[in-house]
Amino acid sequence: MSRVNRPVSTRQAWWLLAGALAAALPLVQQVPVWLAAAAAAAFAWRAALTWRQWHLPPRWLLVLLVIAGTAGVVMQYRSIVGRTPGIALLVVFLALKLLELRAARDAIVTALLCYFLVLGQFLFTQTIPTALLSCLTVLITTATMLAASDDRPAPLLQLRRAALMLAQAMPFMLLLFILFPRVQGPLWGLPQDRYTATSGISETMSPGSIAQLSQSDAIAFRVQFAGQVPPQSQLYWRGPVMPAFDGRTWSIRQILAAYSELPYAVQGEPIDYDLTLEPNGKFWLFALEMPGSLPPDGALTSDYQPISRQIVRNRLRYTQRAYPASQAGIDESRAMLRESLALPSGGNPRTRALGAEWRNRHGDDGAAILATAQDFFNRQLLIYTLNPPLLGPDMVDEFLFESKRGFCEHFAAAFVYALRAAGVPARVVAGYQGGEVNPVDGYLEVRQYDAHAWTEAWIAGRGWVRIDPTAISAPSRINSNLAAAVPAGEALPFLARTDLAWVRELRYRLDAVTNGWNQWVLGYNPQKQRDFLSSLGFGEPDWRSMTAALAVLCGFVLLGLTAWVLRNRRRTDPAFAAWRRFTGRLAARGTVWRNWEGPLAFAERAAAASPAHATAIRDIAALYARLRYAPAPRREDLERLRRQVADFRP
Amino acid sequence: MRLPELDAVLADINRIILGKERPIRLALACLLARGHLLIEDLPGVGKTTLAHVLSKVLGLEFQRIQFTSDMLPADILGVSIFDRGSGAFHFHPGPIFTQVVLADEINRATPKAQSALLEAMEERQVTAEGKTRPLPDPFFVIATQNPAHQIGTFPLPESQLDRFLLKIELGYPDPAAERELLAGADRQKMVAELAARIAAPRLVELQQAVRSIHAAPALIDYVQALAAHTRTAPRWQAGLSPRACLALLAVARAWAMLDGRDHVMPEDVQAVLPGVIAHRLRPVDDVARSDPEAVAAALIEAVPLP
Repeated sequence: MSRVNRPVSTRQAWWLLAGALAAALPLVQQVPVWLAAAAAAAFAWRAALTWRQWHLPPRWLLVLLVIAGTAGVVMQYRSIVGRTPGIALLVVFLALKLLELRAARDAIVTALLCYFLVLGQFLFTQTIPTALLSCLTVLITTATMLAASDDRPAPLLQLRRAALMLAQAMPFMLLLFILFPRVQGPLWGLPQDRYTATSGISETMSPGSIAQLSQSDAIAFRVQFAGQVPPQSQLYWRGPVMPAFDGRTWSIRQILAAYSELPYAVQGEPIDYDLTLEPNGKFWLFALEMPGSLPPDGALTSDYQPISRQIVRNRLRYTQRAYPASQAGIDESRAMLRESLALPSGGNPRTRALGAEWRNRHGDDGAAILATAQDFFNRQLLIYTLNPPLLGPDMVDEFLFESKRGFCEHFAAAFVYALRAAGVPARVVAGYQGGEVNPVDGYLEVRQYDAHAWTEAWIAGRGWVRIDPTAISAPSRINSNLAAAVPAGEALPFLARTDLAWVRELRYRLDAVTNGWNQWVLGYNPQKQRDFLSSLGFGEPDWRSMTAALAVLCGFVLLGLTAWVLRNRRRTDPAFAAWRRFTGRLAARGTVWRNWEGPLAFAERAAAASPAHATAIRDIAALYARLRYAPAPRREDLERLRRQVADFRP
Repeated sequence: MRLPELDAVLADINRIILGKERPIRLALACLLARGHLLIEDLPGVGKTTLAHVLSKVLGLEFQRIQFTSDMLPADILGVSIFDRGSGAFHFHPGPIFTQVVLADEINRATPKAQSALLEAMEERQVTAEGKTRPLPDPFFVIATQNPAHQIGTFPLPESQLDRFLLKIELGYPDPAAERELLAGADRQKMVAELAARIAAPRLVELQQAVRSIHAAPALIDYVQALAAHTRTAPRWQAGLSPRACLALLAVARAWAMLDGRDHVMPEDVQAVLPGVIAHRLRPVDDVARSDPEAVAAALIEAVPLP
């Protein structure tokens, strides 16, 4: 029977079941419940088949099951193309293949399916735990492959062999990772299914929308500063600017005019940094105020928000420069200013009256009105809280004069409303404020709970001026963090809490590792590859030199591994080499030395076969035996052996 | 460095037991390696004579214990009997207190009696009535057993079998040797007339010399390769234990000494292999009993010399 037709042994069946389980379990979340249950049933069936030595199900039943499974997938997804339906189909096939283990060939197909499913996991997540889990799965699957060819070794030995094989493959993996010419785009991107809802700042801001973000400790972006990290109160990460207001919701301008060069002159000291943005499903990028450079493949809107030309669906890293002292929009267009004064008709009579009163008092002096407004906010003793009361239709009035409790969106909305009522152009800016330096790797981590809203007012001669009304009432929000600003006892995301030192420590480390993974493994794009290779002295590497280097280095690794494997092999003993020459000559005469035969025994046999040379044969064998087995072999003996073998002409 | 005295010993034995050079040589090698010998064979092929002759030519005391199913440990080890005259118990040593013991038909006795002997063999001392008494040195047990399929036997468990360094079979003599036996002089008389070729102290010396026979690294590699093969190849139920490897090396050393060499050759290992593995290694397809020579040959041919 040929090798591929050998029947699958019980042990091999158990191995395959283990491998299939390891490959399918991580995908349980991705496939529909009915499929997970059906696969579990098939696995249980396989276990029972192996345990009880039952007969395999008949072929017609399997065919029916394949049809049913495929039909189920098609009905579920209305397609069999794409990430999720494809994986679901593979799970169907794997589960049913287990019920069809007739010969070694089926075992190998099953193991290969398992490998394929491991790749499938990466289409969904590419985190470190996924990578570790898939290493484990690959280990088990490789052991399964080994068991498919030889099922005798104990399971632990099988696993050890698989681990050794994988360890030997590791250098190749690293070389391929580093040197294989990269293409632009993510390694695991798929055209479909890629877009998933991601939390983050949206196009609109209504009461409670930012407070909701404060419950999430997901990373928004990470920043690596070239120099010192600027003080917390300067870290305003500019995001969408919202000039439009409908009485409840602030929103961005519908048509975004974009600059492809800076619309203002930069001033003061620059701050350089690298920003790694997590996917946000929007067009926007974030930049420290005021942006001093345009992001690559991006632009600046007319209200100075950096945006990308494509929706940010993959992690993005870009280098930026900020000029905090810049004055922007000194000669702002009239249309823009008009827009920044618009108020919905009606509502909030008290605030309108307040604005009108400021206007009467100060006339066109925007700076004075601004100062008065700030003073007013200060005197109102507003309370910064994550749980503001629900507000009615006149929400600005209610917030400013009645409840006096609000989150940053309330503050920003009320401030802009009051300024507009007083005739000063103003708008809401959303983004992030602050961030936290991870002491492990020095990256500033900005999380969703750092989301913030502040305001900009336009003052003649000074342009757009940033005023953060939250800072007036709750300076600690700006100077330290969220936890310091909200009243004690309010629910905060676990990681935003400051009272658990060891949790924070652990979290810093985890974040640093995740960041390293993102930056160096997932974010290893053509640019990074070029930079890294040039730093190794590759000059300006192109795909040709990379491929050549890959081939050469793989050759070296192969040589090294071969040397390592041969390391334990006995070096060919010179006496043995002479013996082989001797036996080779006798073999030509018809007396073949069998490799298990002792030299003296062979000598007797050979001497009997060719009595003419009996003495020479016995002498040579005795010499060789002495060299190999006697205590303290002598060099002269080796010389004599060589000479005698050389002279030996049967 | 051939040792004429050993050649003389072998010649003497071969004069009385005809046509059995190889088993006799193995028996002597086993004695030189300070091990005990198990002979499995039918009655009447010369087991007792071999034990007798061996002790005679080596100048050793000899006792024979016939094992029976009603035997008790005291029948082997000895018993304390009250002495009216002195008013105290006196230990009367059993037949085991001798230099060569022939334990005949050991598998006829119950496991209890068997283990009394086997423990004494292993520890070379007897503990009875709370007192430990050393056995003489040299101390050599030749046990014989009937083939396992005979009725009324208690087969020795594998762990007990392992205490015997070698297991050999004598077998029927070939026709020429048998004819010489039938035509020749009375064996019992010949045995009685035998003179000792070596004295006990010299035997102890030789036993020590065996241990210093050189085993080259290449040879130890070979022993390991043989053991490794029995452990991984699917042919065997269980591989050779480290103790079995030590036994193999010890007997091979003695065999090399009998050949007059100061170092062990692979041929020595191969020559003694059947006796060493006969009671230790079972092929998977072993139905009743397989020929140890054939088993050893298969093993030897499967393992190239390193």
